Amino acid sequence: MGVNEVTEPGPGRGTAPTGGAAPSDPAGAGGSGQSRSSHRPQAPQTSEPAPLLRMTGIEKSFLGVRVLHGVGLDLRAGEVHALVGENGAGKSTLMKVLAGVHRPDAGRIELDGAPVRFEHPLQAQRAGVSTVFQEFNLLPERSVAENVFLGREPRRRGLVDGRRMTADTEALLGELGIERLDPGARVRNLSVAEQQVVEIVKAVSRDARIISMDEPTAALAGAEVELLYRLVRRLRERGVAVLYVSHRLKEIFELGDRITVLKDGRLVDTADVAASTPDELVRKMVGRPMSAFFPDRAAGAAPGPVRLRVEGGGNEQLDGIDLELRGGEIVGLAGLQGSGRTELAQALFGIGRFTRGRMWVDGRPVLPRSPRQAVRAGLALVSEDRKAEGLALNQPVLANARMVLDAVLPGSAGRRARRVPEILSSLELVARGLDQEVRFLSGGNQQKVVMAKWLATEPAVMVLDEPTRGVDVGARQALYTRVRELADAGVAVLLISSELSEVLGMADRILVLYDGRIAGELPAGAEEEAVMALATGRAARGAAR
Amino acid sequence: MTVDQAPAGPPPGAPTPPAERPAAPPALRFLGGASGPVFVLLILIFAGIFTLNPSFAEPPSMMFFLRQAAPLIVLAIGQYLVIVSGEFDLSVGALVGAQVVIAAALIDGEEARTLPVLGVMLVFGLMVGLVNGLITTLLKVPSIITTLGTMLVLSGAIQLWTGGAPTGALSESFRVAGRFGIEDVPVLGQLPWALLILVAVALAALVLMRSSYGRTLVSVGDNETAAAFAGARVWLVRTGAFVLSALLATLAGVLIGGYAGVTAQVGDGLEFAAITAVVLGGVVLGGGRGTVVAAMAGALAVEGLFTLFNQLSLPSTIRPSVQGLIIIAAVAYAARQGSLPWQRTRPRAPRTVQPTRR
Repeated sequence: MGVNEVTEPGPGRGTAPTGGAAPSDPAGAGGSGQSRSSHRPQAPQTSEPAPLLRMTGIEKSFLGVRVLHGVGLDLRAGEVHALVGENGAGKSTLMKVLAGVHRPDAGRIELDGAPVRFEHPLQAQRAGVSTVFQEFNLLPERSVAENVFLGREPRRRGLVDGRRMTADTEALLGELGIERLDPGARVRNLSVAEQQVVEIVKAVSRDARIISMDEPTAALAGAEVELLYRLVRRLRERGVAVLYVSHRLKEIFELGDRITVLKDGRLVDTADVAASTPDELVRKMVGRPMSAFFPDRAAGAAPGPVRLRVEGGGNEQLDGIDLELRGGEIVGLAGLQGSGRTELAQALFGIGRFTRGRMWVDGRPVLPRSPRQAVRAGLALVSEDRKAEGLALNQPVLANARMVLDAVLPGSAGRRARRVPEILSSLELVARGLDQEVRFLSGGNQQKVVMAKWLATEPAVMVLDEPTRGVDVGARQALYTRVRELADAGVAVLLISSELSEVLGMADRILVLYDGRIAGELPAGAEEEAVMALATGRAARGAAR
Repeated sequence: MTVDQAPAGPPPGAPTPPAERPAAPPALRFLGGASGPVFVLLILIFAGIFTLNPSFAEPPSMMFFLRQAAPLIVLAIGQYLVIVSGEFDLSVGALVGAQVVIAAALIDGEEARTLPVLGVMLVFGLMVGLVNGLITTLLKVPSIITTLGTMLVLSGAIQLWTGGAPTGALSESFRVAGRFGIEDVPVLGQLPWALLILVAVALAALVLMRSSYGRTLVSVGDNETAAAFAGARVWLVRTGAFVLSALLATLAGVLIGGYAGVTAQVGDGLEFAAITAVVLGGVVLGGGRGTVVAAMAGALAVEGLFTLFNQLSLPSTIRPSVQGLIIIAAVAYAARQGSLPWQRTRPRAPRTVQPTRR
């Protein structure tokens, strides 16, 4: 479970392929290690039989902007092929070409050596190419079995044979090693991970030989990722070719057999995972090594006055939260999924608020009961779910960047709003202009708009909850730099992240949450293992203080 | 919105750009997006009217037309505020009717009662708006149901109270706003008060949409959660839109009462005419998209269309059917927006935003 939390190896070290053995890896024992090292020892692409699928010279433009420049990719039966690259590198477009959603302008797709053209997703599906997108195509009110066999229900005397459908689904689930999923369960009652399983089972039931998955773990919690891992490995054993798009290097190194790197719509390289290292991979993706990634901490600068203090904060999910954030410092908050990270961020901000305890901002007692009160008190929250909670996607950049000023501080909106364009450009926002609607921006640029929105309020305390989720490697650096500058300007920063490398690379000290409590505090430069020990509850509470 | 104009508000000038998305040249902006077609349609409709009846282009007939169109435009502005925040207001037609009936009954032809009764009408409008807004936001009743309920309650109450035949009469001074104007203006002939009131309301609406409240209203309509996380009081913002819609319906009632006189049916169907106008302006149901200028243009287009029907000697009973078709067609058009390939991608190359540019 810990594995998924540590999605990238540490900044300056951890060049071992898996970034250090994970502390608790339930399925890892039989799964990842063995499959990667012993996988297809005759690998080098010499006398391999023709690949299952080969794409060559794929070109695609949208309105004159070329997104893919002659990209090629081949998939072999029984391999997990990771597709990586920064946002905008062309991964999704390539996937959609394969899925039959986009028609390529040029290039060939060969299936079993014979050229094919997919004019429509259904055509691709019939040819055995299925795609699991981030948004699922499931009927929430129907059962698992009904979804799996949607449109191809087994019939008996003209009526749907429900019993057989259920039995067939059950058999299929069994074959794929999935227990605890009832074919009769309604899809809406399933977890995100289980719904994803249903999508994949649907693909398998259509005899898909190629299944591509777009960031399948993006929405999954710790233990759920294991379920997906197991399923992907089972698919590989069955000889399915899996095309796996992910931002998480850790996953790629655990699951993948080969990696294809795209950059700016061009193919950089396809390599065996066994012969690659994370550092190398990042360099291929970004063009610079990962060690140059995090800004330097202000050398020896003493932190300023206490800006945020919480004593005994608690609610249904949190208990006994004692916090002290000083101006000028970045405090990292680590913890596994479900440890209460987001709940803590939101409680500070008056959402799912503290029902116990006391809180001060700059010495003034406040216990925000709404985001509005929190903003007034000088707090800012870059929330976890950018699209749902952070942005009005159809509004222009400037309207979004002014949103908090307009909503809470209309009196000063004029004065502070004048600074907004400056703030946006200090974040190196790339947009057509301030009037461009934010839905057209990449994830990284959207996040910069969210940052700008909060910077404009000149907060005393900035809480960042997963600020780089879905943000490409290049944009991350701009955000990291800005966050460090913010701290240097005297703001207290609380950085919450499930990417341990981010916390380790950025924070001046690290708080670790376990089960809704602060399990301990570690200084900057702490070892990953020490954090994980606290995060998994294996170290005594407060031992490190 | 560019930052430098924000505190001052827009210059009170002729073709004011829509409140959101200030792209490069204002004239071209109208032609882009879902709001573009309404301006094209407006031109086509008026071209048709002028062709059939060249004398319509003369200033006095235009003034007459605008006076007649003013109430619907005022209602469309109110409806826009509600729709852009992600809600509906079906109660405005019944509210117009109720206000006219109330005015006639309370004034009963006596000049001296005009101002106090106007005050009563304002308070009544305010209350209807508050009820609509608070029931929708605090009790979480979908606004289409809330305002459908208010509409039925109001129109039922009018029928119950008047038995279908309103009593009383409006005073002469009450009717000034809807019926008269500044006489003997060169070229124009009469300059209707209704038109001046309309211009004032329209300018106020433009300023409102550029204010912090207006921007927050659009944000709430686009993404309620994000607005709440940004500190907006979503319930208060939306309730404000319902109140403004009801107050504008009250104003429309004053104009219509003055112009058309008192009947129990005076407000019938106006809510749908207003929604048609707003939707025709490319304002997307569900909120967050479209401009108040386009909504006003939509109202003008609807009114122009009815004039065109008159000139074609079509019966006025055709109007509801035409409105129904317009609503479906406009929403279908808006739904297709962004799904057509040439509307989806960004034509210009992105670049880093320069701080000095604006």
